[in-house]
Amino acid sequence: MPELWQLSVSEAADLLRRREISAVELTRAHQERIAQVEGNVRAFVTTLDDQALRDAERLDQRRSEGEQLGPLAGIPIAIKDNLCTRGVTTTCSSRILEHFTPPYDATVVARLHEAGAVILGKTNLDEFAMGSSTENSAFFPTRNPWDLGRVPGGSSGGSASAVAAGEAMVALGSDTGGSVRQPGALTNTVALKPTYGRVSRFGLVAFASSLDQIGPFARSARDAALLLQAIAGHDPFDSTSVDAPVPDYAAALSGDIKGLRVGVPAEYFVEGVEPGVRQAVEEAIETLKAQGAEVGECSLPHTRYGVAAYYIIAPAECSANLARYDGVKYGFALRGEADDLIDFVSKTRAHGFGAEVKRRIMLGTYALSSGYYDAYYLQAEKMRTLIKQDFDQAFEQFDVLVGPTSPTVAFELGAKTADPYAMYLNDVFTIPANLAGIPGISIPGGFSEGLPVGLQLLAPAFEEARLLRVADAFERVTDYHTRWPEALNAKRGARKRR
Amino acid sequence: MATAPTSTSVEYEVVIGLEVHSQLLTTSKMFCRCPADYANAEPNTHICPVCSGYPGVLPVINEQAIDYIMMTALALNCEIPDFCKFDRKNYGYPDLPKGYQISQYDRPISRNGYILLDVNGEERRIGITRVHMEEDTGRLVHREGKNSYTLVDLNRAGVPLMEIVSEPDIRGAEEARLYMEKLRTILVYLGVSSGKMEEGALRCDANVSIRPRGQQEFGVKTEIKNMNSFRSVERAISYEIGRQIEVLSSGGVIHQETRGWDEDRGVTVSQRSKEYADDYRYFPEPDLPPLVISREWVERIRAQMPELPDAKSKRFVEQYGLSARDAGQLTAEKALADYYEAAVAAGTSADTAARAKAAANWTLGDLRRLLNAGSLDITESRVAPQGLAELLDLIESGKISGKQGKEVLEKAFASGDTPAAVVEREGIAQMSDSGELERIVDEVIADNPKAVEDYHAGKTASVQFLVGQVMKRTRGRARPDMVSPLLLGKLGAP
Repeated sequence: MPELWQLSVSEAADLLRRREISAVELTRAHQERIAQVEGNVRAFVTTLDDQALRDAERLDQRRSEGEQLGPLAGIPIAIKDNLCTRGVTTTCSSRILEHFTPPYDATVVARLHEAGAVILGKTNLDEFAMGSSTENSAFFPTRNPWDLGRVPGGSSGGSASAVAAGEAMVALGSDTGGSVRQPGALTNTVALKPTYGRVSRFGLVAFASSLDQIGPFARSARDAALLLQAIAGHDPFDSTSVDAPVPDYAAALSGDIKGLRVGVPAEYFVEGVEPGVRQAVEEAIETLKAQGAEVGECSLPHTRYGVAAYYIIAPAECSANLARYDGVKYGFALRGEADDLIDFVSKTRAHGFGAEVKRRIMLGTYALSSGYYDAYYLQAEKMRTLIKQDFDQAFEQFDVLVGPTSPTVAFELGAKTADPYAMYLNDVFTIPANLAGIPGISIPGGFSEGLPVGLQLLAPAFEEARLLRVADAFERVTDYHTRWPEALNAKRGARKRR
Repeated sequence: MATAPTSTSVEYEVVIGLEVHSQLLTTSKMFCRCPADYANAEPNTHICPVCSGYPGVLPVINEQAIDYIMMTALALNCEIPDFCKFDRKNYGYPDLPKGYQISQYDRPISRNGYILLDVNGEERRIGITRVHMEEDTGRLVHREGKNSYTLVDLNRAGVPLMEIVSEPDIRGAEEARLYMEKLRTILVYLGVSSGKMEEGALRCDANVSIRPRGQQEFGVKTEIKNMNSFRSVERAISYEIGRQIEVLSSGGVIHQETRGWDEDRGVTVSQRSKEYADDYRYFPEPDLPPLVISREWVERIRAQMPELPDAKSKRFVEQYGLSARDAGQLTAEKALADYYEAAVAAGTSADTAARAKAAANWTLGDLRRLLNAGSLDITESRVAPQGLAELLDLIESGKISGKQGKEVLEKAFASGDTPAAVVEREGIAQMSDSGELERIVDEVIADNPKAVEDYHAGKTASVQFLVGQVMKRTRGRARPDMVSPLLLGKLGAP
C-alpha cells in the first residue's frame, strides 16, 4: 500500500467511496506531507489547515449519511493564489494584494466546493502570474522537488511543485503564455491549458484577459480529466466562456490512438532546444508511433513571431488590468508619505509592485500609446491572426501536434533573473497556443540527466478530450509519470499502475 | 447669431457639435446586477465587486441597456450595424474603480442618424454621428477645510451611460438649446432617460468654433463643459461665440482647450489645454466579445417603439383639429400629451371637435399657468384629466360659465377636490331659473331709472351697465347670454 498522499484521485475516490479511508485521513496525510517537505519546496503562500479539516469532516459526515458524492469529494487540492477564495487571502504573490481577502469565490473554486474537493491552501506564483520560474513572487521562490536548487517553472510553480511533491493530489493553475504547461514540464506533472472559453475566468485575477485560462495539474491524465470535468463549462458571469456541451473526459480515455494523425512542427525543434530535451521528445514520438499513431512533419511558420506578439498583447492588457491597484479601495496603500493623490497612487504602486510587473505595465502602456498603437498592438494582433491560421492549416492534416513543452529542463535558481529576455524565450513553444486560443497539455515525456522533460500536445479548440486520450494512452506504455522526485526521499515507484 | 455681441459678428459662421451623455433608466447597472437608481441611496450601498473594480471580476452586458440604446438609435434615424464592440478607455482617477472605462471606440452600436428641429419656423436637420454605450463613474465628495479630504461614492459607478454625438451642424446657441430640448423630449418619450439635466442624468458638452462665412475649414474649437440646464447651454454657447468673435476680431487666436461654464459669473473659463491632451490608450475590451445584433433583435425593438413627438404632433393636428402650434406644445412633453388625450377621452361632449379644442386651450392656458405658478409637473397636477373633462362638461352644459370655470379650476387645483365637488360646495352655478332672473331684472330696472332713461334717450351703451348690475346681484351666476335678451325685452324699443 502506498502512502495516502501518493494515491491518484481515482484510487482515493474508490477508497473513500468504500469508506476504507476518510476524507479527514486523506487530508491529514497531505497536511503531514506538507509539514514534512514544505520547508524545502515552499509551494504554498497560505495553508488552510483547520478549514481543510472541517471541510473534510463535513464530507465524511455527508457520506456517512448515505449521500452519493462525486469523484472529487474529499480530494485534497491546491489552488494558485491568483484565484479568488472567499474569506481567504488571495495575494497573487504581490505586496499590493498581500492582505487582500476577496468576498467571493472564483467560479472554479465554487465548482470545486460543490464537487466536494478539499482546498489545502493557496500556492505561490510569479507576481500576478508574470514569469516563468516563480522567482518573481514577492514573498519567496518555490523550488523544484526534482532538484531543490532549480526552479519549478512558472508562473504556476507553486501548484506544480505541490502536486509533484505529493503536497496536493491535484492543483489548479492559470496559463497565459505557458504558466501551467511549462511548470508541468519542469516538475513531471500532467498540466493542461484548456481552450480559451472552456473554463470560466470569473475570479481569476486578470493578467492578460484574452490569453488567461485556468487549468489543472495532476499526476495522471485521468486525474486531470476528473479535475477539468469539475471546472469546465459555461458561466454567465464570464461573457468569454463558451456555452458548448462539456464531454465526459474520463470516458474519452480509451487507450486507443491507432491511426491518430500526429504532426511534428519543424519550428519546435530548433536551435535553443537542449539536446536532452530533444532526445526525450523524439523518443516519446517513437512511442506514440509504436502505438499506432501516424506521425508526420508539419510547419507552423509564424512560430518565431509568437514571443514578440505575446510581449505586446499581454503587457498591453495587463497595463489596464492592473490599473485598479491604486491603494484606494483595497490592498496595500502607502499612507502618510504622500503629498497629494497622484503622489499617493504613484508611491503605492512603486512599493506595491515588483520589477517584472512594473516592466510589463510600462511595456503595455507604451505599446498602446497614441502613435505607437498601430506599430505595436495592431501589428501584434495581426501576428496573432497569422499564428492562428498556422494552426488551422496544420489541423487540416493532423489531429494533434507534438513537441517539447519547454526548450530546456528546469534551470537553476537565479540563472535567468538578470536577463528577462532569456526568461521570456522559455515560453516560445507554449505561447502560440494561448495566442490561438487552442488547448495544450504537457505530460511527463522522459528525463534528461535526471530532470523531467515535458511533452506538449496541442489540439484544435475544444478537443481537450483528444489531448487527454493521447496523454492517457502514452501513460499506459511509459512510467515517467509514476516516478517520484528523489530529492525529497520519496518512495520511488510506489504508486500502483492502473 | 442674434446673440453675438459685436458688429463684426455677421462675418462669422458659428459651428457647434454637441456630445450628450444620458444615464439610462435601466433596472440594474451596465455590467452587474446592482440597482442603477442611486438617487436616495446611502453612499456605497449600491455596489458589488464588479462595479467597484475588485480583482478577478468580469463585466456582463445589461441587455436592457442595449435595447434602450437601440430604441434611441431608431428614434434618431440611425443605422444599427450587425455587430459592435467594446473598448477600454484608460485613465486614472479615484472615481473610476477599474482604472479604465468600458466604452465603444470604433464600432459603436449605431451611427449616421439625424434629428429634425423647428428653428423659428425653419426646419433644420442636425446629423447624429453616433450613439454608443459606456458606463458612468463614481462620485467624489470633497470636504474643504483645514483637514480637507475627499470621499468616494461608487453608487453611480457602472450606471449605464449613452453617448449621443452630433455632427457639427448646429449654427447657433438657441439652436443648440432647441436640439437639447428635442433630444430630451425624444429620450423621455422612449422612457430611456429621465432627461433631468439638473440632476446630471442628462449632460452636455459643446464643441464650439467660428469661421469666416464662406470658409470651408473649421475654426479652432473649444470644448465647453459644466452646463447644467437647457438655459445654461444657450447662455454658455452664446457667451463663448461672443468671446471667440472678440478674440478673432481683435487679431487674437483661439486655443484648442476645455472651458468650464461659470453659471454665476456667466462666463466660460479655461480649464486645461488640449495640448496636454490625455492619451486614453483605447484598445478592444478583452472581457467582452463583440456584440452581434441580429436583424430580428432590431425588428423586435422597432415593434416596441412608442409614438414619437413629431408623429404624435402630426396626429394631434389630424385627429383633434388642433393648430400645429398647440399640437407642438402639447406633445413637447409626453406626460402633457398623455394628460391631454386622457382629458379628451374622459369627456361626454357630443361636439368632439369643440371639446378637443377646448381641452387644448384649458390645458395650455389656465392649467399650465397654475402648474407653473406652483412649479409643478403635469404629473403632479391636482386636477386629474378626468377632472378637467368634468369641468369642460360643466361649462358645456351651462351649469357654470366659462369665467366661473376658471374659478372652479383654481379651487379644484388648490384643494384637490373635483370640479363638481367645488361647484357643489361653493354654490357656484349659473342661474338657469328664468323666473328668478326675471325678478332680478325687474328690480334692476326699477332701481336704475336714470340708466333706463338714458337707454330710451338713445344711449344704448347703458344696457351694458344694467347687465352688469344684474350680474352683480346674481353674484355672477346669471348667464350673460340670457340676461341681455331678457333686459332688452323688458325695456322695449329704445
